[in-house]
Amino acid sequence: MLEAHDLAATRGENTLFSGLAFSLVRGALLRVSGANGSGKTSLLRALCGLLAPSAGEVRWNGENIRRLREDYATHLLYVGHADALKDDLTVAENLEVACSLAGLPVSASRATAAIEALGLGGREQLPARALSQGQRRRAVLARLAVSESLPLWILDEPFAALDAAAVERVRSLVGGHLARGGMVVLTTHQEARIDAPSATDIQLG
Amino acid sequence: MLPILRTVIRRDLLLAWRRRSDVATAVLFFVIVVSLFPLGIGAEPNLLRAIAPGVIWVAALLACMLSLTRMFASDHADGTLDQMLLSAAPLGMIVVARVFAHWVVSGLPLVVLSPVLALQFDLDQSLLGVLVLSLLLGTPILSLVGAIGAALTLGLRGGGFLLALLVLPLYVPVLIIGAGALDAAAAGLGPAAHFLVLAGLLVLASAFTPWAIAAALRISAE
Repeated sequence: MLEAHDLAATRGENTLFSGLAFSLVRGALLRVSGANGSGKTSLLRALCGLLAPSAGEVRWNGENIRRLREDYATHLLYVGHADALKDDLTVAENLEVACSLAGLPVSASRATAAIEALGLGGREQLPARALSQGQRRRAVLARLAVSESLPLWILDEPFAALDAAAVERVRSLVGGHLARGGMVVLTTHQEARIDAPSATDIQLG
Repeated sequence: MLPILRTVIRRDLLLAWRRRSDVATAVLFFVIVVSLFPLGIGAEPNLLRAIAPGVIWVAALLACMLSLTRMFASDHADGTLDQMLLSAAPLGMIVVARVFAHWVVSGLPLVVLSPVLALQFDLDQSLLGVLVLSLLLGTPILSLVGAIGAALTLGLRGGGFLLALLVLPLYVPVLIIGAGALDAAAAGLGPAAHFLVLAGLLVLASAFTPWAIAAALRISAE
């Protein structure tokens, strides 16, 4: 279970949000919305433990994530708004490195299947530099297809730059994860409907 | 955890291989700087022999500085660093793997090339082994200590210059002891004491710098 207690974050002089509290149980979806610059990404980074909140704390199964460190990270899939793709590595190599870093090494055939699931079939051996913006995003999101065993997904703008078909694929992957009892936190501008056993909305700003 | 470290090392070496020109820049810089001294000073064997250890060591320091700025910068810019901070392996261990890969790519070539370059200074053949061993012990310290500076200056404007200001003073003990090993050997005192101090520094640096680098990376990520 993921809990936020009285969470606050500041950027310079500005308070982005404060007094934020919620808890997320198995199968629950948390949608974070708000205008540009309202602190969506900061909230997600605080939930990952990348950003120290200026007040409050985030707890995973009752323990502060800043103390758990990699014990928490092994339960977590974070897809940030930066692609984390290396231009000089192929799509498959990028996926294999990302999965291995997360402690979930994938076989080549599994990686290929995941890349195909995101509609990049046949482009596994292309260097990431040869991909368009939307294709890069698909290459990053291929991680969703091999991360079923990670209970918590934190996705920053997963639908940005994707075409309708890819949005549909990502929606079904997220829906499937929730149905399996996973937890998902995501930010989005689009009105993408996701079927979730329970959903919470947070409006920032 | 070991498979993760293997992946990180393999990834860094693969990236270095695919961007060979970046690696070659630092190594060529080393070769050129070292070669300029005999050309500028002229054929005075005694003088060249006397300055050889210092020149080679200073050039190695500067070549190491050149490659340091790239150590974490692109990973910071494209978000890969976040994924490393959220890895299943402790950040300190990942940092060790990355520093090791950095040393293989930018420190080891200097060690291998140094005896060839030393020939330009008419360095006694018996001293070539001492030179190689002193660089072999010293260059990993340069990578470890330099990585702290590289992590601290991530995302700063003019970070490259600040990095030099931060790191070069910390290199002074390594420079003195490393170049001193050759002087001691040339004077017939034997380089053993210098090697032991260098090895001690290397052990100290390997034990403590990974935590400093990891802490600096966490700060840069915020």
